[in-house]
Amino acid sequence: MSTSVTAGMPDAGAPAGRSAAPSATPAAGATPASTVRGGPGAGGARRRRAWKNPGSNAAALLVAVVVAFPLYWMVLSALRPRAAIEAGDAALFTTDLTLDSFVRVLTVNDFGRFFLNSLVVAVAVVVLSTICAFLASVALTRYRFRSRTTLLVIVLIAQMVPIEALTIPLFFLFRNMGANVPAIGLNQLGSLVLVHLAFSIPFAVWMLRGFVAAVPVELEEAARIDGAKSFRFVRSILFPLVFPGVVAVSVFSFISTWNDFLFAKTFIISAQENQTLPLAILTFFKDDQNDWGAIMAGSVIMTVPVLIFFVLVQRHLVSGLAGAVKG
Amino acid sequence: MTSLTTAPPGPGATPARPRRGARRSRTGTSRLEPWVYLLPAAAILIGLLGYPLYQLVVTSFYDYRQANVTGGAPLEFLGLGNYTQLLGDQKFWTVLLNTTVFAAGCVVATLALGSALAVLATRVNRWVRSVLFLAALGAWATPAMTGSAVWLFLFDPTLGLVNKTLVNVGLSGFAGHSWTAEKWPAFALVGAEVVWCSFPFVLVTVYAGILAIPSELLEAARLDGASMPRIARSIMVPMLRPIIIIVTIQSIIWDFKVFTQIYVMTNGGGIGGQNLVLNVYSYQQAFASNLYGLGSAIGVVMTLLLLAITLVYLRLLRRSGEVL
Repeated sequence: MSTSVTAGMPDAGAPAGRSAAPSATPAAGATPASTVRGGPGAGGARRRRAWKNPGSNAAALLVAVVVAFPLYWMVLSALRPRAAIEAGDAALFTTDLTLDSFVRVLTVNDFGRFFLNSLVVAVAVVVLSTICAFLASVALTRYRFRSRTTLLVIVLIAQMVPIEALTIPLFFLFRNMGANVPAIGLNQLGSLVLVHLAFSIPFAVWMLRGFVAAVPVELEEAARIDGAKSFRFVRSILFPLVFPGVVAVSVFSFISTWNDFLFAKTFIISAQENQTLPLAILTFFKDDQNDWGAIMAGSVIMTVPVLIFFVLVQRHLVSGLAGAVKG
Repeated sequence: MTSLTTAPPGPGATPARPRRGARRSRTGTSRLEPWVYLLPAAAILIGLLGYPLYQLVVTSFYDYRQANVTGGAPLEFLGLGNYTQLLGDQKFWTVLLNTTVFAAGCVVATLALGSALAVLATRVNRWVRSVLFLAALGAWATPAMTGSAVWLFLFDPTLGLVNKTLVNVGLSGFAGHSWTAEKWPAFALVGAEVVWCSFPFVLVTVYAGILAIPSELLEAARLDGASMPRIARSIMVPMLRPIIIIVTIQSIIWDFKVFTQIYVMTNGGGIGGQNLVLNVYSYQQAFASNLYGLGSAIGVVMTLLLLAITLVYLRLLRRSGEVL
C-alpha cells in the first residue's frame, strides 16, 4: 500500500485488484485471499510435498517474523511505559505493560476527534465513490455505444495521473469553491471527500467492470420480461449480485483515503479541529524529544481499522460472485 | 443520439467482439441510459481531475507567487520561463536523479523480494504459507504514515532497537548513529520502508500467477531433470510475463510518487534538501517557498514522465493480448 494500500497504496492500496480486474472473473481475485486463509481451495491441495523442504519452511518463517516485527514493535512500544522508553528500554518482551500512552493520545491530544474526522471522510468517500463507480461500470459494460472504448482508455489513464502533482491547482480550486460553498472549501472535511472521490473512482470503475460484466445477460432479460424497468434491474438485481465485488473495491478507496497525508496537510491549514489522523500523529514529532509512546499508540489506533477492513474484505472475496450467479 | 450508435440493435444481436456482458442497446430513449449512469462519475472526474490538470499546465506558464494569489500584484506570463529556469537549475537535475535512483532501487528490490517469496511460498507447508501471507498482509495494510513512524523509531539514533542491537553485538560505533543524517543511508532507510509495505502486492499477485501455471508442466520439467532455477527461467518467467509487466509498471508508478514516507522520515526532504524527490520538491516550492508557478512546472514534468510510463504500460498490455 504506499501510501498507499497503497496503497497505494496505499497508496499501496489501489492495486490488488489490478491482477483480478483484467481476468474479468472475481474468482481470480479470490485466489490469493483464499490461500491467505489457509487455502481451502486448489492452492492448498496442489502443494503436497509436506516436510520435504525444511530449509524453505524455516526461511519462510524467518521472513514472516522479520516482516511482522515492525508491527509487533509498534504494539509493544505503545504499551510500554513512557519512562521505560525514554530510559532506552528496548527489551524484545516485557510484562510491564500499560495503557498510559493510549490515554495520553486520546485525552491530551484529542485523538478521538481526529479519528472521527478520518472515519467520516473515509466512509463518505467509500459510499459515494462506490455508487458513482458502480453506475459508471454498468454503463461501460452492459451497454454498447461508440465512445465506450475511448472512455475505458480514459478511465485507465485517469488512474495514472499523479494526483500529488495536482495539489497546487486543487488547493486554489477549493479556495475558490470555499468562497461560495463553505462546506467544501479549505479547512473543511468536504474538500478531502471530494478530492478522494476523484482519485478513487477511476480505479473502482476499472475493477468493478469485471464483476458487473460477469452477471449474465439472461438475468437482465428475465427481469425485463417480468416488467422491471432498467434502473429497477440495476438497483434491485445487479447491485446485490455485484455486492461482494463492491466491498472488495471499497477497501481500496477506504485505504487510500484513510492513509492520505498530502491533501490533509495541504488543505487543512488553520482549522486544527478538522485535522485527520496522519497529521495528528505528525504533531507528536518534536524537534527535541519525540514522544515515541504516543506516536506508537496513535499508529496502532490508525492501523487497526485498516487491518479489520482487510480481514472483512477477504471473507467477501472468498464467498465470491460466481456461486451467487450460478445459483 | 440515434446516429451516434453504431452497435447493431435488435434482439439477440451478435456482438461484433466477443465480450461478455456487453449487451445490445435498445430503441428510443434507452440510448441515453448509459450516459445517465456515467453522469455522476464523469462530473466528478472532469471537475476534480480534468480541470485541475488543465489548471496545472496553465499555472506553470505564469510567475505565480503569494502576492499574485492575494491580488497584490498583477500576474506575469512567463511562457516557458519556469521550465527554462528548471532545466538550467542544478538542483532540479539532482532531484530528478534522486527520484530515479530511489524509485529504481525500490522497484528492483520490491520485485526481487516479492517474486522470490512467491516462489518460496509454493515450496512450503500450508500453515507456514498462511503465516507468511498473514505477515505480508499486515505490512501491506499498514498506512504509510504509521509505517514510517515505526521504522523511524526502530532506527532512532538513541532509543532505536537497531542501534541498540548493533552496539550489543559489539559495534559500539553505532551508539547514537543517525541513519538519516547522510543522503544515501536516509534514502536506503526510506526505501526499506517502501519495499516493506509494497512487496506483499507483488507476492500475492505473482503467487496467484504461479498457481495458475498447469502443474503438469512443472511436473514434466521436474521429471526431465530440470533444476529449480532452470524451471524458473524457462517456464515460470515466460508464463508469468503479463503479470510481471503489470506489477513492474505499477511499482514504477507508485515508487516514483512516494511522498509520505520521504516527507515524514526525512523531515520534509532531508538536511539541506538532500532527500528531495520530485513530488516533495514540487510541494516545497509551491507551499513552502510560495513559488506556485515553478511548483506547477515540476508537477507537469512529473505528469509527463508518468504518462510516458503509462503509454508503455498500455502498449505492453495490448501486446500481451489484453482486451479493454
